[in-house]
Amino acid sequence: MIPEVGHFALILALALSICQCALPLLGAHRNDQAMMGVARPAAVGQFVFIAISFGCLTWSFLQSDFSVLYVASHSQLSLPTAYKISAVWGAHEGSLLLWVLLLAGWTVLVCRYSSELPEKFSARVIAVMGGLSFGFLLFTLLTSNPFERLLPAAADGADLNPLLQDPGLAIHPPILYIGYVGFSVAFAFAIAAMISGDLDQKWARWTRPWTTSAWLFLTVGIALGSWWAYYELGWGGWWFWDPVENASFMPWLIGTALIHSLAVTEKRGLFKSWTLLLAISAFSLSLLGTFLVRSGILISVHSFAVDPERGLFILAFLGIVIGGALVLYAWRAPSMDSEAGFRPVSRETFLVLNNVLLVIATALILGGTLAPLFVELLDGSKISVGPPYFEIAFAIPMVPLVLLMAIGMHTAWRNQAPKALVNKLRLPAMVAVVVGILIPLIFYGGTSVMLAVGAIAAIWVMLASVIDPIRSWKRGAGSVALTRGAIGMSVAHFGVGFFVLGVTVVSAFTVEADRSLRIGDRENVAGYEFELRGLKNTTGPNYQALEGEVDIYKDGDFIGQVRPQKRTYLVQKSPMTEAGIDAGWNRDLFVALGDPLGNDAWSVRLQYKPLIRFIWLGAFIMALGGLIAASDRRYRLTATQKESVRIQQGEPA
Amino acid sequence: MLAVGLTVAGIAIAAMLTLQAFKDNMMFFVEISEVEKGNYPADRNFRVGGLVVEGSVQRAPGELMVAFDLTDLTSKLTVNYAGILPDLFREGQGIVAHGRLNDSGTFVADEVLAKHDENYMPPEVADSLAKAAAAQEAISKSEAAKQ
Amino acid sequence: MLKFVVPLIAFGLLVGVFIKGLDPERDLKKLPSPFLGKEAPHFDLPRLKVPNERISNQAYDGEVAIVNFWATWCVGCRQEHGFLMELSRTSDVPIYGIDWRDQREPALQWLSQRGDPYVASGFDADSVTGINWGVYGAPETFLIGKDGRVLLKHLGPLSRDAWENDFLPAIVAAEGNQP
Repeated sequence: MIPEVGHFALILALALSICQCALPLLGAHRNDQAMMGVARPAAVGQFVFIAISFGCLTWSFLQSDFSVLYVASHSQLSLPTAYKISAVWGAHEGSLLLWVLLLAGWTVLVCRYSSELPEKFSARVIAVMGGLSFGFLLFTLLTSNPFERLLPAAADGADLNPLLQDPGLAIHPPILYIGYVGFSVAFAFAIAAMISGDLDQKWARWTRPWTTSAWLFLTVGIALGSWWAYYELGWGGWWFWDPVENASFMPWLIGTALIHSLAVTEKRGLFKSWTLLLAISAFSLSLLGTFLVRSGILISVHSFAVDPERGLFILAFLGIVIGGALVLYAWRAPSMDSEAGFRPVSRETFLVLNNVLLVIATALILGGTLAPLFVELLDGSKISVGPPYFEIAFAIPMVPLVLLMAIGMHTAWRNQAPKALVNKLRLPAMVAVVVGILIPLIFYGGTSVMLAVGAIAAIWVMLASVIDPIRSWKRGAGSVALTRGAIGMSVAHFGVGFFVLGVTVVSAFTVEADRSLRIGDRENVAGYEFELRGLKNTTGPNYQALEGEVDIYKDGDFIGQVRPQKRTYLVQKSPMTEAGIDAGWNRDLFVALGDPLGNDAWSVRLQYKPLIRFIWLGAFIMALGGLIAASDRRYRLTATQKESVRIQQGEPA
Repeated sequence: MLAVGLTVAGIAIAAMLTLQAFKDNMMFFVEISEVEKGNYPADRNFRVGGLVVEGSVQRAPGELMVAFDLTDLTSKLTVNYAGILPDLFREGQGIVAHGRLNDSGTFVADEVLAKHDENYMPPEVADSLAKAAAAQEAISKSEAAKQ
Repeated sequence: MLKFVVPLIAFGLLVGVFIKGLDPERDLKKLPSPFLGKEAPHFDLPRLKVPNERISNQAYDGEVAIVNFWATWCVGCRQEHGFLMELSRTSDVPIYGIDWRDQREPALQWLSQRGDPYVASGFDADSVTGINWGVYGAPETFLIGKDGRVLLKHLGPLSRDAWENDFLPAIVAAEGNQP
């Protein structure tokens, strides 16, 4: 019964999405209040039905209803309850339902917080989001129904993939999807602007908080995924340039460019066509990512590996949505750009460079990701593109970007006197150079060109980010306080520097060693001693494990014990390695069990990873900056504006 | 003018570096039968895939270095690897390895991959196995026809 | 002016590449079976239900047949099983099964609990037959012609759509009459 209710609710939501899309669009065209008024109720109704559907699927998991094929394929009686819930979005069909739920959620938020938007504009925005919802719901119902029955019902399920039975990976998809799906708001705003032909500074001001909010969730989502891969995949890596990872990173890069481009459009009314194109591209890359991951077109360890019929559907959807948006763009963009000027040394220039460098980085990553496909279609050879290409291709535009970032944030709009800039930044620059070269030398005993460049750039950005906040704080009360927008910017940029420092140091100084250990043996890696004390068998709720006890010493002092495990999950019989990690703010010590080597010896991977936590901490700081910026008062100003209008007109406040 | 010239030069250098990085890190997949015939890139890393021959996994007790044979059921290739083998590595499994061939015809791997779960074989491996088997059948047929 | 059309053109080209990439001929899951159009590989296996008897391609020599690779650990096999049962009742084309990388006891239980759509199943525990046929995941279904040639290879659960759109026309062409 419940699965059928869930299925039916989706069909109802599909019907509502048609209304939500067609009627307001028509209404905006004809200035028909009634038709436009359908938008909000339809959106709320859609959300309610999709939520019901999602609830039904969750209930089926909690009840271990193995007459539902999806539940039987991804759950098991002995699966811990928390994972029964996270299994809902653990595979293709369920994760699509999550997508659609979050899309409906964002739409409801837009309905709620759009009272100051002109009627026609908000009607169009909600209509576009309804259209997107229609496409995804249709796809789900036609090709990926999570409520499909399995009769006769299985006695027990096939279990959730052990890799997914982990708290980090449980919340990573929802947070990531909030970001991906959130870019649809900026997309919808762009389409609405192109339909009406009006794009001005007010439009940019409206779009900014939505974009920043989506961006910050995407930042956290990607960071969580990276952190999870590090501690769960067992081998100490934190980024593999896998197609699925790249699929999430590219929208982030373009989203970052979009945030900055919106700033220019809001402040100066410039870069309108850039901003439009970036708004279209950010969400397009989200859609493209969905396509790459679910169509089976690329081989990836992560991909959902579905079939090409689904791929064709998504591709058709992509073609209509993105193609349509780009047609609108080709039509409207030429008439949008204004001629306001700016001098070479100005914030506008830096932001142009910012856009260009981010787009180049995205293009290089896209190229590397799709290259195996292109090459295979051209001459049949099967190639793979290794991580070093991506690392180099990414670093090339990014190093200049980071260096320029520090300068750009202090550059005035329109025209900046170079002298003032130099004066402001001279001291931080010198400190950065000195610290960037000395610190690695002192603490880690080495230096190299890449290392120096990275460290200097990181410290340079961090120092540059705090100049204005410190000055403002010093000036104390009575002076003009920094806006949240400015504080957010400083915090986010500081986060970037933090992140770069982590990446630079861990890349340069990480030590990885595979060793053979017998019980009682000690091995020295990077100045730490690792001793295998013992091995014992343990069990978990749905697995058996061999657990090692490894003691870690430094200079003779006991630091801690870690317990790496080799687990065998009972149902899928797949082995899994759980690393033992001794975490610290400035370094991680990472131990993973390998295989028995004979003679009572075991292979063990021992790793020293300095400053690795800075990577994820840096990302969280970036997201925090986004949160602060998005909450800036000026995005809520119109409430006060309405206040003053009412007072002027003599109505009670 | 100087600014423009420097920018162009900078972009040109960056483009060259990127292209070089791409070429250096693009790896071809080579079938084991082809490796035996000598059709493999001599001076760069490439990928091979096949089934781990039953009973071929050897390591000196207590040592990390492991040797095993890979086959596409027509030809064999010995692989050396000095790291921790992936969880799903076992005899009879389809795996993929990255590395290069050394002077004595042994494939020195710097990475060994086994994907997904034990019931999934990398598509390139399946394809090359089937091709090799077909070629073998064709050969035995033509030999039988000759007699 | 023209520069604003560039993104659209670039996107169009990309979609073109993707369409080619999704082409079922190229489909990574339906890998160009090296045998498509060629003679299917021979096999000779112990029978699943009667271990001391054997089954080989001679069993269907001279007729159009379906060979289906299945296993008890495979979720897709559960999905297609109902349809295979239906086919075994309604279609004249015999279905032969190859129980791939599986264990005998659970396999026998599976067939007795769910029904046996196969004329006979071979037991390919060590997967040599699977390898010879280029099988890399279950379920996989092959359509073999009267002369022993592989007419079709289908990956994943056999759906009614695939049967009606791909298999039936090929069967009609091979047999010259309705199956």
